[in-house]
Amino acid sequence: MKKAMKSRLMWPVAMLVVLLLCALIFSDGFFDIRIQDGHLFGTPVNILRASAPLVLVAIGMTLVISTGGIDLSVGSVMAVSGAMACLIIGDLSNQNSVGGVAIAVLAAIALSLVLGLWNGFLVAVLGIQPIIATLILMVAGRGLAQLITSGQIINVQSSPYKVIGAGYVLGLPVSVLIAAVVLAITVLLTRRTALGLLLESVGGSPVASRLAGIQARRFTVMVYVVSAACAGIAGLIYSSNVSSADGNNAGNLIELDAILAVVIGGTALTGGRFSLAGTTLGALLIATLDTTAQSVGIPPEATLVFKAVVVVVLCLAQSATFRAMLFRRSTPRPAARAEVPA
Amino acid sequence: MIDVSTTPATNKSGPASRRRTYRPNAQYIPVLATLSLLIVMYTFGAVSYENFTHPSVILNLFTNNAFLLVVAVGMTFVILTGGIDLSVGAVIAMTSTVAATLLQAGWPAGVVIPVVLLIGGVLGLGMGAVIHFFKVEPFIATLAGMFLARGIALLINQNSIPITNEFWTSIAETRIVFEPGVYISGMALVALAVVAVAAVVLAWTKFGRNVYAIGGNADSALLMGLPVGRTRIGVYTLSGFCAALGGLIYSITTTSGYAGHGTGTELDAIAAVVIGGVLLTGGSGYVLGTVLGVLVLGLINTIVNFASLNSWWARMAIGVLLFAFIVLQRLVTRKAK
Amino acid sequence: MGEPPAVLEMTGIQKIFPGVVALDGVDFRLLPGEIHALMGENGAGKSTLIKVLTGVYGIDGGDIKLSGRDVLFTGPLQAQEAGISTVYQEVNLCANLSVAENIFIGRQPRRFGRIQWSEMRKRSAGLLKRLDLDLDVSAPLNTYSLAVQQMVAIARAVDIDAKVLILDEPTSSLDASEVAQLFAIMRRLRDSGVAILFVSHFLDQIYEVADRITVLRNGALIGEYRTAELPQVELVRKMIGKELATLEQLESRPRESAEQIERGEPVLRAENLGRKGAIAPFDLTIHAGEVVGLAGLLGSGRTELARLLFGADKADSGKLELDGKPVSMRSPRNAMAHGIAFSSENRRTEGVIGELTVRENIILALQAARGWTRPIAKRRQDELVGKYIKALQIRPDNPEIPVRNLSGGNQQKVLLARWLITEPKLLIIDEPTRGIDVGAKAEIQRLVAELSSGGMAVLFVSAELEEVLRLSHKIEVLRDRRLVEELDNTGDVDADRIMRTIASGATS
Repeated sequence: MKKAMKSRLMWPVAMLVVLLLCALIFSDGFFDIRIQDGHLFGTPVNILRASAPLVLVAIGMTLVISTGGIDLSVGSVMAVSGAMACLIIGDLSNQNSVGGVAIAVLAAIALSLVLGLWNGFLVAVLGIQPIIATLILMVAGRGLAQLITSGQIINVQSSPYKVIGAGYVLGLPVSVLIAAVVLAITVLLTRRTALGLLLESVGGSPVASRLAGIQARRFTVMVYVVSAACAGIAGLIYSSNVSSADGNNAGNLIELDAILAVVIGGTALTGGRFSLAGTTLGALLIATLDTTAQSVGIPPEATLVFKAVVVVVLCLAQSATFRAMLFRRSTPRPAARAEVPA
Repeated sequence: MIDVSTTPATNKSGPASRRRTYRPNAQYIPVLATLSLLIVMYTFGAVSYENFTHPSVILNLFTNNAFLLVVAVGMTFVILTGGIDLSVGAVIAMTSTVAATLLQAGWPAGVVIPVVLLIGGVLGLGMGAVIHFFKVEPFIATLAGMFLARGIALLINQNSIPITNEFWTSIAETRIVFEPGVYISGMALVALAVVAVAAVVLAWTKFGRNVYAIGGNADSALLMGLPVGRTRIGVYTLSGFCAALGGLIYSITTTSGYAGHGTGTELDAIAAVVIGGVLLTGGSGYVLGTVLGVLVLGLINTIVNFASLNSWWARMAIGVLLFAFIVLQRLVTRKAK
Repeated sequence: MGEPPAVLEMTGIQKIFPGVVALDGVDFRLLPGEIHALMGENGAGKSTLIKVLTGVYGIDGGDIKLSGRDVLFTGPLQAQEAGISTVYQEVNLCANLSVAENIFIGRQPRRFGRIQWSEMRKRSAGLLKRLDLDLDVSAPLNTYSLAVQQMVAIARAVDIDAKVLILDEPTSSLDASEVAQLFAIMRRLRDSGVAILFVSHFLDQIYEVADRITVLRNGALIGEYRTAELPQVELVRKMIGKELATLEQLESRPRESAEQIERGEPVLRAENLGRKGAIAPFDLTIHAGEVVGLAGLLGSGRTELARLLFGADKADSGKLELDGKPVSMRSPRNAMAHGIAFSSENRRTEGVIGELTVRENIILALQAARGWTRPIAKRRQDELVGKYIKALQIRPDNPEIPVRNLSGGNQQKVLLARWLITEPKLLIIDEPTRGIDVGAKAEIQRLVAELSSGGMAVLFVSAELEEVLRLSHKIEVLRDRRLVEELDNTGDVDADRIMRTIASGATS
């Protein structure tokens, strides 16, 4: 068991180490962390801050993927959530009122939950393929976000709201803390209860799970709701960080990064066994890639090419066929060795 | 397990021939639904807005959506095999950027066009090979293709590159004018030609039929001795080629190459294919449906324009239609079982 | 005897899967113009040999000669091009395509590269007519029944210019007249010089058409025989081998008759329960401590009946009483809450979850019943799992390995353990002994007997009449999706008696 986890996480860990080594060699002061005005600063901190929304979205995505589903709508949900919060805050007579901001945040998350429920309804009740069902909200969601903001970019000047994405508590960035708390809660919920096992069982075989008395439908709805909630929180962090709601750019393409993070983390797209630790590692890897590329001096545009290479290398490394090919070339066919008692 | 009993003597029913249950051909229902929708939308537009019935409205649908039509045709092949190609939008960006850059460097158009088409095809070939040989899911493999293509485009140039090549600008102006203001562009004709070729390939060639067979049941297709690998790699190559052609058309109509071109085109293409009645699980659907799907998307935008609404209404409408058609697909396939 | 040279000759075929030697130096040959039966129990290596022959699997050793020339297939296409066509048990066609297309796809008649659809339709209609099938060849294949689809598959295989035709259990979904039709076609093909490899579970069918029989056991060749020179009993002995002794021993166990056991309260009473298209309305009562056997052929409705009782499918007529109280069975979860457990016949797809560990698979149902918020403590899990691994002799006895690495018999035991820890009042087991080795089979039978004497009610579904007879107190016979007879398993009931009912319908 432990060994399997190890080998599954070996590639992303190796990749992360290589990246950080490159950064160490090519960029001066990459690992300089200093305390300024009681806050932590430095590139590693920036990486963490940049990765917070992705980590959040990827956590939800992991649960969805573990049931054999996929959620393409997370980027749109981010946009909707940010739009909702900024709309309410923009209408406040005093944008700095903590109560008002709290209401805005709660409203945004509530709306996200409704969107998640919609996805869950399509997948679990109507039985539509997840990739298609969530495509609907992916397309319509950005329209919805712009509908909320009437097509404008709403700018807000609210210091309590700003805290979510750009604030610090005890010297640590709030957004990172939020992601860490959500991660911790999810890990506890899945591994300290039977939720993780039941999700993996649904993803492993929906039919067998039903016959074992698992209410697959309930869990399916649940994961889409959780995924949307995570996306909603990520949307708040994003919009708080830029103090505005931007229906077009918030969470653009984040669904792809999130899926990538999950796959890098060793969870198969077909569902079943999942690893939240792996996902987090994957998300950090992607964020590091984006940040490191810049600090190493690779133009930021090139990170996409870099990402493509990473995807290909990881997928090939995880592909049994590819490994078999490499293996066959270096050693003779392991025919006799395979004889192990069943 | 040994069954020493006699041959099962169950007489289930009469001769085999009578087993067939009659059913109207379910395969046509989604296409017919799309066609009716198109007619309803057009009638709505005609009744609600002045000048909507002007012939240019319909012709412009083809002119404005020529690139999408070409891309959606490639996507149709991929989806018919049960796959998906997320890279098409990025390929548009890459090919338009490459074309603009090469033209700027003084390459003749006659060389640039085949080179660009080749690049698109090779990228598709690569993705198809990864999907087939290494059993990487199409979603992930084409996602990598998307990153790669968009990344290359950005690496080449982050800014929009104007195209001043004479050939480019002249074909951008090529059109068949029926009367002043009523014309169809050359690019729309290219797109229609692609549609015609695709329809023939799907209906009349071995390759086309293999595409349907793989979408129906890839394992069976393999056991029936069909060239599953070649066909699967073929559809991604074709999709890459179509996306590159779409990129060329895009660069011609905008006379520019830009790494930001084609953002979200993969979604529009998938939406058009689905609204056109192609089953996302593969094996059922027609290119004609895809054409209708593209026209529906175009007509939505036209109506939103005529109503001077904001473009987000169009996104919402597309989302609602997607929902409606997906539910319809669900009902039709459920009935067929 | 002047035997013609073999059209196909396989020597020393070796095929190894991780953990299993599927074929161990097997020789096999096919003569032109013969029908050759390949026999063996599940796991003997029949399907592996066929997959090797059709190019689906590569081989790890040995030679294949076709018409005297060495061949090495890299895929089904190469095998087909070399003249080997195959019809599988599960219809391997594309149901979304038309009948004509399914027959001709890959080799459609063309002119200038263009498929000649009308020519194709004409030729397929002609071909099907020769097989006595009158179908609308332009209709999608999925509008026809499975039996018809199977005949279309045969039509396809026949039309391909085949030197070798492999029929892998093609008769399992055909009725008697269709089987007769198929045999007529097989004989015609044989007489025209085609070598036919035929696999079937029905011994009578083998003796009806086969000229020669090759027997495999545990991946090894036992021998090749002329059908006429090999009595049925001898064939069975060769297929089962030494383990026959074990079976005989079990056979001789005294059967408890219905009178001997003390019937408890009725646990379940179904009245007029039914579901359209699955099983006609039936009455059924199961008492505590009783084993009720369901006998019937594949497709007779035995699985459908079991699924209705468990709520896996919803009944659309009738009433169900549990412990004397009327209930409406809406879902498996619902059934579990009433103390019913159901182990499916499709162990791999509907039973165990391959990538989860043995431990996780065993606690799954109990955990599902408790709900996700109340996890079973790890120590309690280990205790329960350890107990059942020991009691059922699950091998290997490591609870932390993925269940997919276990053999079929052990997976079945894991599945049983999953249900036993829920302590059900009524255990429904569908084909628990199919495809598992004889030892495991005997263990499972013993377990069922023990459970019922401990007071549990058991509904035992099996295709093997001997097994049903051995275990059941009461036997329900199904035919054509209808419960046709209920028999108390007294001394005068034997396999013949049940078979007559299955063959002819209700007698009383």
